[in-house]
Amino acid sequence: MRPFEYGSALDASDACSKGTDRSSFIAGGTTLIDLMKLEVMNPSRLVDLNSLPMRGITIDDKELSIGALEKMSAVAANPIVATNYPMISEALLQSASPQIRNMASIGGNLLQRTRCGYFRDTSTPCNKREPGTGCSAINGENRMHAIFGTSESCVATHPSDLAVALVALDASIRLQSAQGYRLLKLEDFYLLPGQTPEKENQLQPGEIITEITVPRLPLARKSTYVKVRDRASYEFALTSAAVGLELDSATIRDARVAVGGVGTKPWNLPQIRQALIGKQLSEEVFRSAAKQAVEGARPLRDNGFKIHLVQLTIIRALMNLGGLA
Amino acid sequence: MGRHRGCPSPKTIQEIQLRLSRNILFQHFFVTHRAVSRLFKRAVLPQGRGAKLLLLLLMEHKADSSTEPSSNSFPDSDAVSSRRDFIGRLAAISAGLTVAVPFVGSPAADAIRRDRVDPADKPDRSDSLDCALDVNGKKVKLSIDTRTTLLDALRDRLGLMGTKKGCDHGACGACTVHVNGARVLSCLTLAVMAQNKKITTIEGLAVNDELHPVQASFIACDGFQCGYCTPGQIMSAVGCIEEGHTGSDTEIREFMSGNLCRCGAYPNIVDAIKVAAAKMKRGVS
Repeated sequence: MRPFEYGSALDASDACSKGTDRSSFIAGGTTLIDLMKLEVMNPSRLVDLNSLPMRGITIDDKELSIGALEKMSAVAANPIVATNYPMISEALLQSASPQIRNMASIGGNLLQRTRCGYFRDTSTPCNKREPGTGCSAINGENRMHAIFGTSESCVATHPSDLAVALVALDASIRLQSAQGYRLLKLEDFYLLPGQTPEKENQLQPGEIITEITVPRLPLARKSTYVKVRDRASYEFALTSAAVGLELDSATIRDARVAVGGVGTKPWNLPQIRQALIGKQLSEEVFRSAAKQAVEGARPLRDNGFKIHLVQLTIIRALMNLGGLA
Repeated sequence: MGRHRGCPSPKTIQEIQLRLSRNILFQHFFVTHRAVSRLFKRAVLPQGRGAKLLLLLLMEHKADSSTEPSSNSFPDSDAVSSRRDFIGRLAAISAGLTVAVPFVGSPAADAIRRDRVDPADKPDRSDSLDCALDVNGKKVKLSIDTRTTLLDALRDRLGLMGTKKGCDHGACGACTVHVNGARVLSCLTLAVMAQNKKITTIEGLAVNDELHPVQASFIACDGFQCGYCTPGQIMSAVGCIEEGHTGSDTEIREFMSGNLCRCGAYPNIVDAIKVAAAKMKRGVS
């Protein structure tokens, strides 16, 4: 780990004023300390956000609000979240380990870096880590990599489960900077790698996520998160599906589907929504909808199986929700 | 009755300790004669468990208060026990001596320690940051480098070797401690960020001479083989039970998934947690 200065932010404006392109904010630190030990991230200054008041989980007629410093474990166990947005609880409980969930903030969860092995290995070229050096994964070991949203520069997946659920639910984040604050749809916050994979989102230096808001949606109460992994627990997704259904007896009134483990950002699938709305619940309907999900997928040498697996993941989630499993 | 592979049952505590002293595993732990005797007297341990008894050590405070330089302070970086000192101390203990052996390192041992354990051995390292920690109810002040993790502060500066360094990247759970009552990974926690919080390590789990129910059940159920992951398993298990995730074997396994055991002692770990959870529910220690 390279040397750095450490300081605690007194309030949000103090934090924003201390943020530069050479500093990092730290909350739980579970991604940052790991990557600093690997010298993948080398901030010269850490600004500790933990004394800021960005906490609390509240709900009203319009939306659910979660302070960005809330821990993953606290959000997962919160009865408001578990009742109204089971998909969020399930996504969190299938993320990381209990210890990490006790440490990691949900604001930080949305900013975690990819698990691409080449990104984490400073001895190999990586455009995300060192722009212009090339992508080692595109012709290398790429079993875990993306089939959606890839470019010639980068094929790394976004690792967050929570972000997949939030994108499915049309969540927004509130960003604060010295200039004030802005609201952004989480889906728009994330950027495709294109020619600049080092730029993963729209966060500016000195800007912090203060809050996550999720609209009240009837289908959110009937939602689930299915995650397929190489081992049963404590592992990143091969594929995952965040699915919500609003039913009128056996007719689908509304649906949301987003998938994880397959995209360079949390991958929303609005086209599936259209394939499901108005249809009767049946495995056949689910299969045909899932087939649409993989249109445009671009497999690499080792990850072609994800095209099949992600369809099965979506189908399983829909079957579970529809009571057909 | 379980027995360590290839180890005939030892006949006496002294024999066990002498055997342990030759066991490389023993280097991970601190033991006291009194601790072993007490457990035998209370029949917590069946005779003949052989070398696995060394794992008592991690259930035990690293030394009786009589062997600490001061009951209210930790040995700091200049007086921490090195492994070499420890082996010496062990020999004394094994020989049945109960004399206090202070945590004073020889210059040579100190040099070895610095070479080996310095968490940030860069030329520009500086221990200029004041850091006040509250560990196992004791308050201690250290001057540290900003890069020092809580794990390195505990092990290398405070001499609390019970907390283990496994992967050092948050993947194995060996370094699990409690911060303000929540189980967390000390390897991914900066020491400076653990200030003003109550830190509990494996050494702080027992109350005086009374083992925590989870410590006792790990011994009773043989919840380990080599023992390296055990302090982290025990700290995590306490969290798992207190969080109420012991409804089934599947639930226990899911909520213990952050702790890896390369020996594969998982079935006995699950048993130990079930036994301890039942005891804790009944309020029995």
